[in-house]
Amino acid sequence: MSIQTNNKVNDGFFAKLASSPSTDEYIKGLWRENPVFVQVLGMCPTLAVSNTAMNGMAMGIATTFVLLMSNILIASLRNVIPKEVRIASYLLIIATFVTMTDYAIQAISVELSKALGAFIALIVVNCQILGRAEAFASKNTVWKSIMDALGMGSGFILALLCLGTVRELLGSGSIFGIPVFPDSFQEWVIMILPPGGFFTLAMWLMIFNARKQRKETS
Amino acid sequence: MKEQPANTATEANSRKMLTTMVGIGTICALLIVLSFQGTLPRIEQLKSEALEKAIFRVVPGMEAKKTFQLENGQLKEVTGKVKDAKLVYAGYDKEGKLVGLAIEASSMGFADVIKVIYGYDPHREKVVGFYVLESKETPGLGDLIEKDPAFLANFDSLDVALSEDKTSVKNPIITVKNGQKKNAYEVDGITGATISSRAIGKAFNTSTNEMLPLLFKNKALFEEKPKQ
Repeated sequence: MSIQTNNKVNDGFFAKLASSPSTDEYIKGLWRENPVFVQVLGMCPTLAVSNTAMNGMAMGIATTFVLLMSNILIASLRNVIPKEVRIASYLLIIATFVTMTDYAIQAISVELSKALGAFIALIVVNCQILGRAEAFASKNTVWKSIMDALGMGSGFILALLCLGTVRELLGSGSIFGIPVFPDSFQEWVIMILPPGGFFTLAMWLMIFNARKQRKETS
Repeated sequence: MKEQPANTATEANSRKMLTTMVGIGTICALLIVLSFQGTLPRIEQLKSEALEKAIFRVVPGMEAKKTFQLENGQLKEVTGKVKDAKLVYAGYDKEGKLVGLAIEASSMGFADVIKVIYGYDPHREKVVGFYVLESKETPGLGDLIEKDPAFLANFDSLDVALSEDKTSVKNPIITVKNGQKKNAYEVDGITGATISSRAIGKAFNTSTNEMLPLLFKNKALFEEKPKQ
């Protein structure tokens, strides 16, 4: 599905950047097929962990790492894995890298693993990762899969940052833990609770869709 | 014998599936073991550093530490790492005088078990410090137990005096509604974090009743200066 849309040059600014096919593979995930704002995949971590910009970015990086490593392994084994057991193999590979990420985060900082907690383990069932494995890595070369994973990962980080920044700004009055509002600012507690995640996501989707519609009508 | 070729084909296919799965499984297992072994020392170091920091935080004026292990109602000094044991940490000042004890406590909160550590001053019979070690309480509401300055002020001087016969705490600690604290043994709760602040009161209630009489019985143990 991704290859067909690649050929359609429909996004002015970014399409101009995409001179080579591998750059295009990257731009596609970052923008044109952004996993959160366009494909609306992987909503569980998007809504749950985007309560601060830092958490969003850490989750995005963790997911990108898993996506990259699993895409590499799956693309290199794509001619070996029989199609009957492909989903089981993909899940096994993804779960392995998630476990490794979990250990790595615990080794980096106690605070970070406290904040991300249970959500790291849930990357295993992030449909975006299995989706990329099935739709892309199992059919493309290792190099292309790397670019695809990096693109989708950056798109995911971008989306989580967009959500996290807005929610942290309104919900805690700070960005990346640095206070930006005077003390008199009353925090909107709801923004860092689950409903705030839905509100913020809806707002961003509205902006993206309005942009798309304007492009189509013009 | 028409079916034979088909059978061998499925057999070969099954064998291929099996070898692939086992092969991938082996690679994955190897990767997990390697990363576990690679990160283990660092994770343990970070955890004990965090605990160490918390101990020094809850016992003000503490300069040196001794660790005691609780086993079958008996306390004994331990050195080095002890796993899965109930521990009490004794804090001493520069002259080697006992300034307080740090005790871990836990209770069920809104989301999961909340683990806390608190400092106890045996001379004044008061709780003098408090820190949340582990909590998964709701951000913005339940996690106020870690951040709310008014709530944390409860534990600067919380009365936990023992009863006459020294077998229990005279006034068991209890969480009251926000703004209704009247006695030195009451914890002023947080509006919006009722369950979490009550859980903290309960953790204190259970832990002080269990540990403080025991610590009183063993108080001679703590008087000894730490070797340095």
